[in-house]
Amino acid sequence: MKKECVAMLLAGGEGKRLGTLTKNLAKPAVYFGGKYRIIDFTLSNCTNSGIYTVGVLTQYAPLVLNKHIGIGKPWGLDRQNDGVSVLSPYTAKDGGNWYSGTADAIYKNIHFIEEHDPEYVLVISGDHIYHMDYNKLLNYHKKIGAHATISVMEVPWDETSRFGILNTTDDLRIYEFEEKPENPKSNLASMGIYIFNWSTLKSYLLDDASNSVSSHDFGKDIIPSMVQDNLQLFAYRFEGYWKDVGTVQSYWEANMDLLEENHSLSLTNRQWRTYTHDSNYPPQFFGKNASINNSLINSGSWICGKVDHSILFENVTVHQGSNIQQSILHPGVQVGKNAVLDRVIIMENTIIPDGIQIRSNPFEEPLVIDQDSVTQALTL
Amino acid sequence: MNTLMGLINLDYEQHSLHELTYFRCGAAVPFAGRYRLIDFTLSNMVSTNIQEIAIFTRNKYRSLMDHLGTGANWELDRRNGGLFILPPDWNDPTDISKGDLRFFHNNRDFFYRGNGKYVLISGSQFISNGDYQDAFTSHLESEADVTLITTKVDVLDREHDPCLRIELNDEGYVSDLTNEKTNPHLFSGVYIINKDLLLDLVDQCIAHHKDHFFFHGIKENLSRLKVQVYEHVGYSAFINSIESFYRHNMNLLKSENYKSLFYKNTFIRTKISNEPPTKYRDHSNVKESLLANGCVIDGEVEGSVLFRGVTVQEGAKIKNAVIMQRCTIESGVHLENVILDKDVHVTKDQTFIGSQDKPYVIAKRKVM
Repeated sequence: MKKECVAMLLAGGEGKRLGTLTKNLAKPAVYFGGKYRIIDFTLSNCTNSGIYTVGVLTQYAPLVLNKHIGIGKPWGLDRQNDGVSVLSPYTAKDGGNWYSGTADAIYKNIHFIEEHDPEYVLVISGDHIYHMDYNKLLNYHKKIGAHATISVMEVPWDETSRFGILNTTDDLRIYEFEEKPENPKSNLASMGIYIFNWSTLKSYLLDDASNSVSSHDFGKDIIPSMVQDNLQLFAYRFEGYWKDVGTVQSYWEANMDLLEENHSLSLTNRQWRTYTHDSNYPPQFFGKNASINNSLINSGSWICGKVDHSILFENVTVHQGSNIQQSILHPGVQVGKNAVLDRVIIMENTIIPDGIQIRSNPFEEPLVIDQDSVTQALTL
Repeated sequence: MNTLMGLINLDYEQHSLHELTYFRCGAAVPFAGRYRLIDFTLSNMVSTNIQEIAIFTRNKYRSLMDHLGTGANWELDRRNGGLFILPPDWNDPTDISKGDLRFFHNNRDFFYRGNGKYVLISGSQFISNGDYQDAFTSHLESEADVTLITTKVDVLDREHDPCLRIELNDEGYVSDLTNEKTNPHLFSGVYIINKDLLLDLVDQCIAHHKDHFFFHGIKENLSRLKVQVYEHVGYSAFINSIESFYRHNMNLLKSENYKSLFYKNTFIRTKISNEPPTKYRDHSNVKESLLANGCVIDGEVEGSVLFRGVTVQEGAKIKNAVIMQRCTIESGVHLENVILDKDVHVTKDQTFIGSQDKPYVIAKRKVM
């Protein structure tokens, strides 16, 4: 059946710089914001934008991610003719291989896209936190008659060296793409969100696949060769909150951003809801000596201590006398009595014994603590 | 196979929670921050592995149907069996049945088609968390005709007045169901009966123009039937008035009650809502309270139960209150001993105070 636009969601990355957080699961499946997993933001964007054909490309440690996506029910993507499809690497008659890059992952699923015969393909990534109406991007792309449109946002000039920077003319036509430039000419950073005319993209994917020196990556190969061929490439200015949670520091910051009073990404926005699995944990319980400020807390939590500037996922227990500051506690974490946690990230089901104090060095990334690290610390 | 079917018969339940039941039946009254009363019996049935559940409901069932939907939240959206909501739609011209027997008579197909040989029948006012598996095993082993689930209460209260009390004979079978006020052995309204016997008794009742299945089918036949009891142990409550509703919400603020209702067994299931985690702001001060997700709190909350999506603005003070879904409490408001139904909006600087045994109730969608 013909579809106007198919979304291809890249979710196979390992997220090396997240360290322990991605020890056993893919980066898009990492917990975020007290209830969600990172990928929920992009999946919800698809639903809210009315894009109901979504291919999710998985590769690294996909078990948790696959289970989370399931048949796509929380996002309304459990549909009869389209909906969400999980696309993992596969073998076929002529053998098979892992996805060797982002472009290769799409190339290996050309048959999936063709099944829907789309005009346009939206390529997005499952490891960014933002709310975005992809329809606005698509309409811009159509109106301007581009071959490809890349969503960009202005970043501070001193941070340009961390991003893929697009140099454009005044009407936002892209004439140059620079990956992490040292002397930037522009501060428009690519957000890793692309819309392509499918026929154009397909021919570039086929060329790229037969190019043995290519790294098969959108940012490194596909986009530069489109620029080189002088195609109509345009930038689309996105205004709003967008964050790549690539490092432990940025992961922690993006979580803490949710606690800001006037944060532009609102979880309570009923016009743009963020969907995820809902569990059957009972309401949050607060004891006599509980003290809660500037925090996000989820169901099933049982709090008798002090919580400030922190994010608590479901089923977290904080006993009396404990003090949680600027921390992120994943589901099922139990904090004993008189413990202190300051600017740390505690992973799922970790038990913090009575009286333990864990503080991150203020000049370093927040510590990520799991049960192993607690056990190790205690045996030393 | 020896399996149970479930029946939630709401026809005996009065809509006795004043403002809370003006527009909804008792079974659909919100309770404990994120549930409706019916969730407890429904979840217990599902944990007993009951896969065919019918609900007899006569009126005010719009919000009940909205809540239950396809039954998916209780995993009752099944290929076979599942959830059957059976409001009155009776077109049999030969029908002479009366009272709740009309429900049984006109929904015989539910019982005929069901695979279970036994039926567990319940109302919605008895709140507990546990499965009925042990009661069912006991029913099978004793080869009783009927097993009544009972509970022994330590302190008898007004809400227990309507409950039937159990009297046993020397063999341990039920000899009488009385209104003896001092007897602490209460019938919970939940019982297990053999399906064939149930249908027989229904026929008899109808033939004799009776109008109440339990009274005329079971209670009047106690001498002929082998009726045993199975005592429920653990937290339980009867919610049949505003006072009991309020008191049992407040009881859950005690840690041991909260844990024994919510954490002893499997979780109570309810309609999911996709609310974000609750946000506690700079001026929030929350103690001894239960809060659901989706709230935004910037005021003082003490000894209260807040449902999903409640907003409490800076400087508002809430004490000993039950605040239902999506209420907004503006700044400077002081609420004490109150129950706010859904979507109530209390504007700036107002004070509403009820008494502890007679909480002040504000009806749905009011702007105060």
